[in-house]
Amino acid sequence: MSPVSPVIERGTAISRIAAIAVAVIIALLAIAPQALSAGAIDRMTALFIYVILAAMWNALAGFGGLVSVGQQVFFGLGAYLAIRLADAGLNPFLALFASGIIVGLVSWPLSLVMLRLRNGEFAIGMWVIAALTHLLVNLDRLVQGETGTSLISLNVYDAGTRRVTIYWLALASMSALLAILFGLLRGSTGAAIRAIRDNEDAAASVGVRVTGTKRLLFVLAAFGIGIAGALWLATSITFQPKTYFNVQWTAYMIFMVLVGGIGTFEGAILGAVVFFLIETWFGGTGVWYLVGLGAIAVLFSLFLPRGLWGTIEERFGLRLLPVGYRVTFPGNTPANDGTAPSLEGTTQLQEKA
Amino acid sequence: MSNQIIQGILLGGYYALIACGLSFMFSVMRIINLAHGSLAVLAAYALWFLALRLHVSPFVGLLVVLPLMAAIGWALQRFLLERSARGGALLPILTTFGLAIVIDNMLFEQFGANTRSLAPYIGSLSYDSWEWPGSIYVGKLAVIMFATAVVLLGGLQLFLSRTGLGRAIRATSEDPDTSGLVGVDARRANAVAAAIAMVTVGLAGAFLGMRATFDPYAGAPQLLFAFEAAVIGGAGSLWGTLIGGIVLALAQTLGAQVHPQGFLIGGHAVFLIVLFVRLSMAGLSLRSLLKPPSRSAP
Repeated sequence: MSPVSPVIERGTAISRIAAIAVAVIIALLAIAPQALSAGAIDRMTALFIYVILAAMWNALAGFGGLVSVGQQVFFGLGAYLAIRLADAGLNPFLALFASGIIVGLVSWPLSLVMLRLRNGEFAIGMWVIAALTHLLVNLDRLVQGETGTSLISLNVYDAGTRRVTIYWLALASMSALLAILFGLLRGSTGAAIRAIRDNEDAAASVGVRVTGTKRLLFVLAAFGIGIAGALWLATSITFQPKTYFNVQWTAYMIFMVLVGGIGTFEGAILGAVVFFLIETWFGGTGVWYLVGLGAIAVLFSLFLPRGLWGTIEERFGLRLLPVGYRVTFPGNTPANDGTAPSLEGTTQLQEKA
Repeated sequence: MSNQIIQGILLGGYYALIACGLSFMFSVMRIINLAHGSLAVLAAYALWFLALRLHVSPFVGLLVVLPLMAAIGWALQRFLLERSARGGALLPILTTFGLAIVIDNMLFEQFGANTRSLAPYIGSLSYDSWEWPGSIYVGKLAVIMFATAVVLLGGLQLFLSRTGLGRAIRATSEDPDTSGLVGVDARRANAVAAAIAMVTVGLAGAFLGMRATFDPYAGAPQLLFAFEAAVIGGAGSLWGTLIGGIVLALAQTLGAQVHPQGFLIGGHAVFLIVLFVRLSMAGLSLRSLLKPPSRSAP
């Protein structure tokens, strides 16, 4: 096509700076509790959980093409199983992670049935699963129906230690889950995932294992959201099935991912931060806040379906945490990959609707 | 027991009413409207408001609310679904979900958390019943509801098979591009279909309000019932929706017999069983559970 051979890179100068910045940010966050007030530590823990939720929902919808409105099932199940395990005598902090692993294991057989459904059917089918699981959890004597119960065994730790430990656990879980997702997207599975995202039928025709790849994302999302639910339980102590199995959690995930940028790794994180700020400023306005969230989600899906990050990325050719490949031709300006003939890594986002 | 079975079958009429709009819209536009239940609750609130403030009987109120619902359906298609459908199959799910959240919380903002009912405004109809042989009492309202479902499903079937507009809608649902080549206005056909679907949603909302209570967040369960009935009845014709509704209602009735909290569990369980059986029978070739009702029309 072109006499000059193209240069294929996996990152840019900016992305290498961004990688260092990420390491610095995580290190700063790790020592931050020294300087933060108790309330601020709790808020930051909430932010980490939001990032997990957004990243996991984005992995499923943005990369796997599976829009679920029933992800609260894993959130509630994560919290419920943590209660159950702690009740059985397991250390409460260990129970949080054991619960996440069990949620991941449970999601595998579930995926065998649910992944056969398409689009809207999958979306509401998951909602039915969430509603049914909620009803079944209510039957457990330990939970006492909608009255709920609490993670009593955490009370052996004093409030200060508990708060900081949960903060660190949330930070570590968030970093680890993001790292797993990043590694997955950058590795050979990542090419398959992006191929499925862009065109499922075409991907299948060139030999991509569509169902297996989707199952991987489904289980990862279930595991991550299960851990998020267990962490949320650790911060709030009380477990009321109605709160945890509420479809509102999925609404938050959808909001964060739509606003941040569906199908972009950085977008979900940005969306979680935006949601966190909106909640901090407007959360007190109650119902209007929820109306606003719904309306903003509708407006983004209609007018800015790529979200904030997708739009920024497209406008400026910016890649902070690149998961794809970047092809440039000597002589063309490297940043201007919209006009250069390019392969999947750089055009994927333009093709993404 | 036979009494409960008859009550279950009649309740199935309600589920068929709420499901037929969902299944109809899916068959024409390939969109599952997640605001479906919330719109039904919106219609119930509109009727309740008319009855409370203007003392209009809910049956008379339908004369105002149903055209309004048709207009909402038309606007929904033109301004929301049409635009978001261009962005792929996933965006309409997100858009209609966002819309559902807006509607639910606006209703909460306007009318508060109290549960409401239309029963006080329909006189003795809410508790009148006929005695059938074998000392079985069937509520008049339940029978009216079932009859409405049958008439509505039959009417839709006739409309799709016998009228020009119905044929245009069917053609669009089969292949919008080709039908466009032969002079069918796909945009108009879709907007009309959405309007019709919303009229059925309005009717379902009216019966929801008359037979039970509702609150601002009652939309989500209605959406699930509609979806379950549509999937259970799925393949074939609109009449499948009626069968799906009846199966769902019978499973709930049976569940309630087994356990005090078994009503909803029974419904969800039968849905999953049917789903599992259908998926294992159809194998991997299965593309879609909600088969278009128009395909079987002559």
